[in-house]
Amino acid sequence: MSIPSASSQNPALDNEGAVKRFFRATEIDTRMLGMIAALVLIWCIFDVWSGLHLHNNLVGEWFQGVISGSDGLLGGTFLTPRNIWTLLVQTSSIAVMASGMVLLIVMRQLDLSVGSMLSLVAVASGVLQVYQLGPSLGVGHPAIWLLAIALCLVLGTGIGAVNGTLTAYAKIPAFIVTLGGLIAYKGIAFYLASGETVAPMDQRFEVFGGGVQQSWLGPFWSWMLGLLVCAGIIFAIVNGRRQRRRFNFPLRPVWAEVFLGLMGSAIVLGLTNVMNSYPWPYNLIANYAKDHNVTIPPGVENRDGNAICMAGDQIVHCTNGLIYYTGYSLPVLVALGVGIVMSFIAARTSFGRYIYATGGNPEAAELSGINTKWLTVKVFALMGLLVGISSVISSARLNAATNALGASNELYVIAATVIGGTSLAGGVGTIYGAMLGALVMQSIISGMSLLNLPAAYQDIVVGGVLVLAVWLDQIYSRRVK
Amino acid sequence: MAKSVKKSPVKKPVARKAAKPAVIETHESPAVVKGAEPHAPTKANGTPLVEMKDISIAFGGIKAVDHASIDLYPGEVVGLLGHNGAGKSTLIKILSGAYKRDHGQIFVNGQEVTIANPRDAKAQGIETIYQTLALADNVDAAANLYLGRELKTPLGTLDDVAMEAETRKVMHRLNPNFRRFKEPVSKLSGGQRQSVAIARAIHFNARILIMDEPTAALGPQETAQVGELIKQLKAEGLGIFLISHDLHDVFDLSDRLVVMKNGKVVGTARTSDVTHDDVLGMIIAGKCPKGAIPGPGAMKQVA
Repeated sequence: MSIPSASSQNPALDNEGAVKRFFRATEIDTRMLGMIAALVLIWCIFDVWSGLHLHNNLVGEWFQGVISGSDGLLGGTFLTPRNIWTLLVQTSSIAVMASGMVLLIVMRQLDLSVGSMLSLVAVASGVLQVYQLGPSLGVGHPAIWLLAIALCLVLGTGIGAVNGTLTAYAKIPAFIVTLGGLIAYKGIAFYLASGETVAPMDQRFEVFGGGVQQSWLGPFWSWMLGLLVCAGIIFAIVNGRRQRRRFNFPLRPVWAEVFLGLMGSAIVLGLTNVMNSYPWPYNLIANYAKDHNVTIPPGVENRDGNAICMAGDQIVHCTNGLIYYTGYSLPVLVALGVGIVMSFIAARTSFGRYIYATGGNPEAAELSGINTKWLTVKVFALMGLLVGISSVISSARLNAATNALGASNELYVIAATVIGGTSLAGGVGTIYGAMLGALVMQSIISGMSLLNLPAAYQDIVVGGVLVLAVWLDQIYSRRVK
Repeated sequence: MAKSVKKSPVKKPVARKAAKPAVIETHESPAVVKGAEPHAPTKANGTPLVEMKDISIAFGGIKAVDHASIDLYPGEVVGLLGHNGAGKSTLIKILSGAYKRDHGQIFVNGQEVTIANPRDAKAQGIETIYQTLALADNVDAAANLYLGRELKTPLGTLDDVAMEAETRKVMHRLNPNFRRFKEPVSKLSGGQRQSVAIARAIHFNARILIMDEPTAALGPQETAQVGELIKQLKAEGLGIFLISHDLHDVFDLSDRLVVMKNGKVVGTARTSDVTHDDVLGMIIAGKCPKGAIPGPGAMKQVA
């Protein structure tokens, strides 16, 4: 007695169109697809716009550029490996925090203090590195970066746990607790360093910012990692299928499984290819060649090139000389890793299940025997841990810690989460959605900087996009129902 | 659907059915004696499954439950009646661990137990179907069924496939037409949601079942189904507290009934010893009829 296949269960399903059947079979989240479409649209607009900008708004010249392929994908400066690479590095800090904010908002909580918390944690770790451990252990001692990172993670988790305890056990609304935190933690950050900028960070610590060559994976390992992730995707599909077959559940059609596997692998390998197309800056290549006795090939100067050549005893820029590619950078890997781990926690652990159930109906969760207070503390502490990770990325990237480092980050994190489809009413939200939301927001900011638009415009547009995203999402939800 | 019970990670109701004859005997013997002599203390025969003694709870200055005592025997359905605000739901929420009592003792099988939260109650085999159903609307039926006691893989992750398989089995028993296993329960009909709530209560070998207005949201056919289910569970030896506004339901299904008013027990009676009018008098006026054992809330009568 096997259960009849999904399509014969409901006669209405047989009448649906090819598009609907495609989405039902592949179980692709159409909301996420909409967001990816929006992201692609934003990218294309910025690339064309920046292309026109580049060619003084002469459409003919811009079109020549597109055809000859000398510029970005659509003739601009946005869809270039360099910009995509930078965009991902810039997104990683907000994306890491957004993955935690999703769980908090799903649980009907909120953390307004993440920006100030980031400043506080970064300054504390900066003070530890620069004023305490540097003089006592000697600058560059290998223990410094470990202790500094440990401090970030522990301090972040601790502050998060305090926020959570006040919310859950003292029953102060999270809005108030974390609004107080927003103000107070900023004050503590100022106090710790007397408002000064603490710099420079430990050399090994700096690697987490993605700005130095040690934080780049290089093409070979990037490809290996890409292939490993592809293998993981295929394994997940095969394993899921085997599990469902074990219990005689309806299976996805084979073509849908193959499509999902190919699509996932194509995205991973495509991204890897883009990362592997971004070359090191010229001076780094030159320094590396000098340090490692690599011969620089002779050539003619060409300002548009990515590589370096020797013209006599002069180092010049050329097209086909010595060139090294960056591959994935550490902060992006950290953010992707956090995304995978957080998605796993949300979907595959009882901890994650309880968070969603509590958001859906707090009373029901309590009556089911879930200790919702302790759960609240744990989720706030997890948020704090992620802020700790972000503070490492941010301060390492800036190679300095200041009490202004995380300013307005809480707003960007919440905006990214909401753009990513998380409902403030609780119970609904995905990790990948929030991370994509962070990418959408950073794309807008970065694109507008490329176009040389005044900084004030960026905030205006980001604010507008936030409201627009929620409005579109509501229209979508109503129509789906 | 697979019939084998061997592999299932939780005990199935089948196991309960094996013990049926023995349990029914323990149920019958006190009933016979009580019928012959209604005013005799019920405790004389066998240990009650649950006994709540002298329970009080106050919210602010209001005594929601005021020195109430009730008991329940295996294989017995006890109807709990009273006005809105009479304290019956509150009393029952103390048993299910949702509220913490200010005063009083709870005994399960004669042993005093501590029930400070819903987890403690579940550990004693006390399951509750709440009037509000208490479902997490944003997750699917299987997630609701197993909320708080998920099945895990050897790696400690959620075993969603196994949970869905078990859910398909138990729902097939309760509601053979149920197919929407992948959808959040907010998309289900009232009856389907009720089935999920009932499935959750009976799936984990409950010994004591509390049903708070189980048929309030249901149509006539579904109500009849719930009635059948109560009879079946009763035959399996469960003790059931049934809270309802519907006198017909209570008279049809329960063996005894307890009436509450203003947080106090008006009286306890075997269903066969009282009429609808008697019970209405208890509910409205607190007047205890001849066939009932008066409680502290009974109207003081001139002897």
